Amino acid sequence: MLRTIGRRVATAIPSLIGVIIVTFLLTRVLPGDTASFFAGPAATPQAIAEVRKQLGLDRSLPEQFASYVVNLAKGDLGTSLTTGRPVVTEIAARLPASAELTLLGLFLSLIIAVPLGIVAAVRQGSWIDHTCRIVATAGVSLPVFFTGLIFVYVFYFLLGWSPAPLGRLDVFNSPPPAYTGFYLIDALVVRDFETFRAALSQITLPAITLAVFSLAPIARITRASMLAILAAEFIRTARASGLKSSTIIMTYAFRNAMLPVITTLGMVFSFLLGANVLVEKVFAWPGIGSYAVEALIASDFAPVQGFVLTMAILYVLINLCIDLLYSAIDPRVKVEG
Amino acid sequence: MTTLSEAPAETKKPAASGIMAMVRHTQYVLAENPVTAGSFALFVAFLIAAILGPSIVPYDPLASNTMAALQAPSAQHWFGTDQLGRDIFSRVIVATRLDMTIAIASVVLVFILGGFAGIAAGFYGGWTDRIIGRISDTIMAFPLFVLAMGIVAALGNTVTNIVVATAIINFPLYARLARSEANIRREAGFVHAARLSGNSDPRILLCFILPNIMPLMMVQISLTMGYAILNAAGLSFIGLGVRPPTPEWGIMVAEGAAFIVSGEWWIAFFPGVALMLAVFCFNLLGDGLRDIVDPQRRT
Amino acid sequence: MTASSTTANATTAPAILEVRDLTIEFATRRGTVRAIEHVDISLAKGETLGIVGESGSGKSVTSYAVMRILDRAGRIAEGSIMYSGIDVVAADDQELRDLRGREMAMIFQNPRAALNPIRQVGRQIEDVLLEHVQTTRAEAKQKAVEALQQVRIARPEERYHAYPFELSGGMCQRIVIALALACRPQLLIADEPTTGLDVTTQKAVMDLVVELTRERAMSTILITHDLGLAATYCDRIVVMEKGKVVETALSKDIFRNPAHPYTRRLMRATPRPGAGLRDLLPLETATAPLPAPTPSTGEVLLRVEGLVKEYPRQDTNGMFSKFFGGKQKEAEAPFRAVDNIGFEVRRGETVGLVGESGCGKSTTSMMVMRLLDPTSGKITFAGDDISALPARDFATNPMRRRLQMVFQDPTESLNPRFTAARSIAAPILRGETMSRDALRARCEELAGLVGLPVEFLDRLPHQLSGGQKARVGIARALALNPDLVILDEPTAALDVSVQAVVLNLLQDLKIRLGMSYLFVSHDLHVVRLLCDRVIVMRSGKIVEAGTAEQVLEAPTAEYTRQLIEAIPHPPV
Repeated sequence: MLRTIGRRVATAIPSLIGVIIVTFLLTRVLPGDTASFFAGPAATPQAIAEVRKQLGLDRSLPEQFASYVVNLAKGDLGTSLTTGRPVVTEIAARLPASAELTLLGLFLSLIIAVPLGIVAAVRQGSWIDHTCRIVATAGVSLPVFFTGLIFVYVFYFLLGWSPAPLGRLDVFNSPPPAYTGFYLIDALVVRDFETFRAALSQITLPAITLAVFSLAPIARITRASMLAILAAEFIRTARASGLKSSTIIMTYAFRNAMLPVITTLGMVFSFLLGANVLVEKVFAWPGIGSYAVEALIASDFAPVQGFVLTMAILYVLINLCIDLLYSAIDPRVKVEG
Repeated sequence: MTTLSEAPAETKKPAASGIMAMVRHTQYVLAENPVTAGSFALFVAFLIAAILGPSIVPYDPLASNTMAALQAPSAQHWFGTDQLGRDIFSRVIVATRLDMTIAIASVVLVFILGGFAGIAAGFYGGWTDRIIGRISDTIMAFPLFVLAMGIVAALGNTVTNIVVATAIINFPLYARLARSEANIRREAGFVHAARLSGNSDPRILLCFILPNIMPLMMVQISLTMGYAILNAAGLSFIGLGVRPPTPEWGIMVAEGAAFIVSGEWWIAFFPGVALMLAVFCFNLLGDGLRDIVDPQRRT
Repeated sequence: MTASSTTANATTAPAILEVRDLTIEFATRRGTVRAIEHVDISLAKGETLGIVGESGSGKSVTSYAVMRILDRAGRIAEGSIMYSGIDVVAADDQELRDLRGREMAMIFQNPRAALNPIRQVGRQIEDVLLEHVQTTRAEAKQKAVEALQQVRIARPEERYHAYPFELSGGMCQRIVIALALACRPQLLIADEPTTGLDVTTQKAVMDLVVELTRERAMSTILITHDLGLAATYCDRIVVMEKGKVVETALSKDIFRNPAHPYTRRLMRATPRPGAGLRDLLPLETATAPLPAPTPSTGEVLLRVEGLVKEYPRQDTNGMFSKFFGGKQKEAEAPFRAVDNIGFEVRRGETVGLVGESGCGKSTTSMMVMRLLDPTSGKITFAGDDISALPARDFATNPMRRRLQMVFQDPTESLNPRFTAARSIAAPILRGETMSRDALRARCEELAGLVGLPVEFLDRLPHQLSGGQKARVGIARALALNPDLVILDEPTAALDVSVQAVVLNLLQDLKIRLGMSYLFVSHDLHVVRLLCDRVIVMRSGKIVEAGTAEQVLEAPTAEYTRQLIEAIPHPPV
C-alpha cells in the first residue's frame, strides 16, 4: 500500500518541476523590460535597477532559474507593489476564502449531479432523464460570470433574498476565530450561530453559481458512465442471478460507474479553479482570484505570478489526491503501479 | 467473437462516392434531426452577423451619447443603452465578428498543432510520443484558465495573445484525442494492408489515418469553439486581452456588471445571452458535424 | 413439424420448460424487428438440449427471453414460457427474482466480462447466496468457498479474494459456473460458454459442466454454433435459422438423417474427419470438381531460419520509485514471443501454422510479411534475404508485391472510408499508373475471381456482409499477383456455411493462379482440409512438423495429441 502511494507521489514530481519551469519562463517572456514590469509603472530608474539586481536579470538564464527556485524554497514569492507586503503572506491569508467557496460549490454540485445522473441512467426516457440531458447540454454553455450576475440581479435586486455581494461577511459581523479559516466551520466550532448565519447567507449565491457551473459535466459523465456500465455483461450476469435491483444498481453498477467520474473530477477541478477567479470578481469575494485580478489591473506583476504558481501547485496536489482515491477503489490499478 | 452471416447488414441501395453523395447525406442528416438543423441555421445567422454586422447595425457601436445613457430597452434602442449612451444592440452584433474570429482562429491553430502532434505521437510512438506527452502533461498540470491568464499577462494584452493562449490550453486535449485514435488504428488490419500495398508511413498517416479520425475531431472542434469564446470572454471580463472601447461580449458583460446591483440589467444581459447562444449553437453543431463526416452513418 | 421432431418432442420425462409459439420483437431505429417467431421448445427434466444455429438465428435471444433478461428494446409479443408450471411471461419482478439464480441460471460467452471487475470473486458468489438462501454472512462465505471447490479451483480460500483480472479465461469461466450453480438451480442455460477459450480449456470447461449437471440431475440448454460441440454433449438438438426453429431431433438422428434442407446444409458445411473440401458445399451447388493441383516443383519459396522475436518486460518501477521504493526486482529476462523457429514453404504448397492463442503464430506471420522486424533470424524469399531490410522500408521495395496477406477480421481490415473497389485497387494504385478504365476492368476481373458480384464494388464496408467483406480482402491480396499469400485465420469470424464457400474459393484460386499459402489457424479441422504440411507451435517454439496426415492422424508430440483429442466433432 505504501509503495503504491509512494509511486503515485513520485509521478507528481515531474509535474511540479514542469510547473515551476513554466512559471519561471512566463516571467521571462514579458515584452519589453522585465525589471520595469516588476518595478511598476511609477518607478524611478534607480528603483528599476534595484529590481533588476534583485531578480538577477543581469545573470545567465540557468543562474536566474537557480535563484528563482531557491527563493521558492524559502517561501519568497516576491512583494506586491500595491500593498507592499510579501505575496506569499497575502496568498496564505486569502486562500481559505477561495477554498471554502470552491469546496462548498463542488459539494453542492456533487450532491445534485450524481444522483441526477444515476436516476437518469436507470430511468431512461423519463422526465428526469430529459432534465439531466438538458442540464448537461445547457450547463456547459452558460458563462459562469453571467450566471453569477443573473443570480445577483434576481435574488438580490428583484427578490431581496440575498445580501449585497460584498464579500464573506457584511459590515455588522466580524470573522470568527481562525481555526480552519473556513468561516462556516469556525463559527460552528465556537457556536456562534449569528456569524454562521451571516456567513452562510453571503456564501450561498457564489457557491450556487459555482455549483451550477460544475453541475453539467458531472451530471453528464455520471449519466454516460452509468448507462455504459448498465449495458455491461457483468450486470447481465447479476440480473440473471436474481440479485435485487438496489443491489445491482448500487453495489454493482454505481461503484464501477464512479471510476470514470472520479477521473473526470480532475478536469472539473481545472474548470472550477478557473471559474473561481471569475466568481470572486462578480461577488467581490476576498480570495486569491480577486487578489490576482486586482493586481493585474494595477500592473502589479509579482502577485499574478505567485497566484499562477500557487494555483498550479494546488492543482497538482488535488490531482494526486484524486489519483490516490481512484487507486483505493479500483484494484486493477495496483498491478500496473 | 461474433460470427458474421451472409445476409447484408444494410439496405441494397449502393452508395455513390463524391461530392453529390456528401450533399445528399448532409440533407438527410439535417432532415432527420431538427435540432441539428436548427443549430446550423443559428450558426449561419452568427456568420452573417459577423460578416455583415458593422454595415447593417443602426448605430455606430463606438458612438457615445451621454444624453441617452442607461436607457432601458425601447423601440429606438432594442437592447437599451449603456453608461456612455452607446446602443447595445449594435455593439452586440458588431462584437460577433471579434468573438467569432477569436474562436475560429484559436481552433484552427490548435487543430493543426495538436492534431498533427497527436497523430505523430500515436503512430510513431517512442521519443515523439514521450516528448509530446510531456508537453501535454505540463500544460495539463495547470488549471487551464489560470494558465491562460498567466500567458496573456506575460505576453501582453492583445487579441493575438488571447488566440495563442486559448490554443495552448487546448493543445493537450487535441493531442491526446488524435494520439489515442491514431494508436488504435496503427495496428488495424487496413493499415497493415496499406503497407502491403506499398504505402510508406507518411502516406499512411495522411491518407489513411487522418481521414478516419476526422469525425471525432469534428465534434471536438465545435466544442472547442464554444469553449474558446467562453475563454476569451472570461479573460476580457477580468481585464485581460480585449480592451474597451472595443465591443466584445465579455467586456460588455464586465461593464454591465457594475450596474446589475442598481437594476440596469440590460447592459450585461444581452451580451451574456449572445455568448450563451453562440456556445450552445457550437455544442449542438458538433453532433451534427460528426453525423455528416462519419461514413458509417451513411445509408 | 416433421415426423422426426414430433417423436423427439414426445419425451417420456416430464417437461421442466415449455416454450410455445414464442415471438419476440425489438424496437430499432428502422422499426420493429422480429428476432424470433413461433418458436416451440420443450425440455425434459435431466435432459441436455442443444440449440444450434448461425449468427442471427435467434438462439441467444430465446434463452434471454426464458430468463426474462431481454434488453429494454425487446418484448415478448406472442407465446408462452412455462417453467415447472410457472408462467414466466406473466411473472412479476419479485417472482422473476426468485426464479433467476435459484431455479434457473445462465453462463455466458465472455467469462471475464461476465464478472464484476472490481469485486472479489468470492464475494460475488456470496451475493447470490445471500440473496436466495437464508444464511448468515459467515455461512455464505463458507458456502462460497465450497462452491469454488466444486468447480475444481485449487486453493479456494485464497482464490476467494481474487479479482477477475488476476485469473485466466478458463478460471473465470469456472467462477461463472460456480456462481450459476451456487443456489442449486434446476435449469442451466449455457450461452456459447466455450467461445473465446482455448481448445484444451474448452474441453475442460464442458466436461466440468456435464459432470456437475449430471451429478445434480439438472436440465441443461447448450447454445452454440459449433455442431461438433452439440453432437458431443447434447441429447436432443434444436436447429434455428433466421429466428425460426427448422428442426428438432435426437442428437444421434439429426446427424445421420437431417430432415430440413438448412440442417443438411449446416451438417455438410461443418468440417469433419473424412470430409473433403467439396463435401462441405451444399449438394445442390453445381461446382466443378476440385482441379488437380500441379505437383510441387520442390523449389523452396520461403525459408525461415532461427527466427526470434523478443519483447522487453514492462518496467513497473519508474525512475523516482527507485529512490523511494524498496529493493528493486532483478531485471527480468525479456519475453520471447517467437523462440528460434525455422521452416520452409515450397512453391505450390499450403503449409499450416497451428497453435492456440499466444503461441506466436500471428507474430511469426507478421514477421514473414515484413510488417514487423524480427529480433534475430533470417527470412529468405525466392532466394533473396528479405529480413535484412527493416519493415518500414519494405513497403516501397519491389519485393513487396510478391508477399501478400489476408487478414483475420474482415471488418477491421477494410478502410471504413473506402468503397470495395477502392480497397481492391489500392495495391495497384501504389505500383503502376493505369488508366481509370483499365483499373476498373482489373477490379471487376478480381471481383469475378473471388465471386463478388460487380454491383457490390461501390459499397462501403458497413454495407457488406461478412462473407462479402472476406471476398474483398481476398481480392485485394490477389491484386498484385503475389507468389505467397499468408492467410491469418481468414474464416475464424465467419459462419460455418460461409466458411465452406470461402475455403473452397481459396483452394480454387491457389491452383488457378499458382500461388503458395501459409495458413495460420487454431482450427485443426480446417487446416486438415487445406494444408499439405502442418507445423504445430506452442509458446513460441515448434512442437511438431510434418505432412498433414502425419501430424493429424499419427502425431508424435503429446501436445498435438491433446489438441486433437480436445476438438469435438460430429459423428462421422
